[in-house]
Amino acid sequence: MAASETPAAPALSNDGRIALSIILNGQPCEVAVAPSATLLDVLRDDLRLTGTKKGCDMGACGACTVLAEGRRIKACLALAASYAGQAITTIEGIGSVEQLHPLQDAFIRHDALQCGYCTPGQILSAIALLAEGPCDHAAIREGMSGNLCRCGAYPNIVAAIAEVAGL
Amino acid sequence: MSAPGFGYVLASDVADAVAQGAGPGAAFLAGGTDLMQLWKAGAKAPSRVVDISRLPLAEIACADGRLDLGALARLSDVAAHPGVARDYRLLAEAIAATASGQVRNMATVGGALLQRTRCAYFRTEGMACNKRAPGSGCGAMAGESRQAALFGASSACVATHPSDLAVALAALEAEVEILGPAGSRRMPLTDLYQLPGVEPEHDTILAPGELITSVTVRDAARLAQRSTYLKVRDRASFEFAVVSVAAALRLEDGVIVEARLAAGGVAPRPWRLGPSAAALIGRAPGAATFAIAAELAVAGAQPLADNGFKIELLRRSVIRALETVGGAS
Repeated sequence: MAASETPAAPALSNDGRIALSIILNGQPCEVAVAPSATLLDVLRDDLRLTGTKKGCDMGACGACTVLAEGRRIKACLALAASYAGQAITTIEGIGSVEQLHPLQDAFIRHDALQCGYCTPGQILSAIALLAEGPCDHAAIREGMSGNLCRCGAYPNIVAAIAEVAGL
Repeated sequence: MSAPGFGYVLASDVADAVAQGAGPGAAFLAGGTDLMQLWKAGAKAPSRVVDISRLPLAEIACADGRLDLGALARLSDVAAHPGVARDYRLLAEAIAATASGQVRNMATVGGALLQRTRCAYFRTEGMACNKRAPGSGCGAMAGESRQAALFGASSACVATHPSDLAVALAALEAEVEILGPAGSRRMPLTDLYQLPGVEPEHDTILAPGELITSVTVRDAARLAQRSTYLKVRDRASFEFAVVSVAAALRLEDGVIVEARLAAGGVAPRPWRLGPSAAALIGRAPGAATFAIAAELAVAGAQPLADNGFKIELLRRSVIRALETVGGAS
């Protein structure tokens, strides 16, 4: 992992904020963050990328799921300063209205959402799950257990992911 | 969020981490999955976080009959390691049953061992809890005690330890390597934890600045074929154990010659079931043998108002785990 290759200490600015450099959706990004800020709050409040959602803010619901170096994490439990130098992928970085990611397309066709608040987290989590190679529907259900859907769209979420996985 | 902020320092090497971590108000941060929750819940208020996540302590080495896990190895990397999947299946199963995919990508071996109790009184501001606010009392003892311990608790604290990995490692008689301001020391994993007694605010014997650097399991590959981690929980996934059992056996000529048993969800630390394991030696696997072990497992249990059901649950979990590993190979 690239995580261990960037031990350079982040610079502190006069106001006590930390100069954080990350690769955000493929682009270099520099932002001054509070030392105790979560990656979730930096993405939403400082960088105004509000596609990543804040649900429980306690690591339980998965609405804040993003990818760090290609691996899914909960941005609400991630201390932003600790992710210096890492490649972060959010929902804004995986598809567009003109060109949907295959999972986004499948979620729409399978009606895999109602209110949609959990959907960005579901999609990011599913992208990482597909890379992990689920072997059947049960593995998808187990692998997606870190993402809650209070509207209860679970059967359709599993169906959408299974279709993209070719299961 | 109302929690006050904290300072941040990135440890440049292990010695720097120890020095920085020994300072007043310092807290180590590895994966952050427990610390960030504790901070948000007001259960821990560090003045400064010492980020150890980049230290070169993430190696997983499996060779020559031993497994060495760097304290900063991510749980998902441990479970996916070919040597672990082959020779230490018990650990892979325990990790697969831990939290969610996102958390397993963040959480580290050391952090999993040092995570703090999930007791709701500890994690809810304004509740009485001797662990969070010494002297404030134990809300769970006279309140909602369903989660509470059957063994090893005290009148000051009845909380249980939540780690699946710790239970599996305890069963495999793992050792931890610790580095601190006074040098390094090595001890059995179970000796890392201290029972609550009258000072439940300290879960472990770690002094300020001390870090777990690695965890070692020796001579356990021969148990791999007959090992299992049984986790009983309130929902099928992404939930802490009500009761769990790690079991491993080795048979020769139809007789049990080696047995390891530990339980989770029942004590303030991973709870080795030594008398149960000892009673299995020299016997043929089967219902009568397993019943003896199960009875010994629950001996001395001290239930509270809401957790008496765990006695029968532990008894049955020991039997089911032994049935899983004790059948015809």
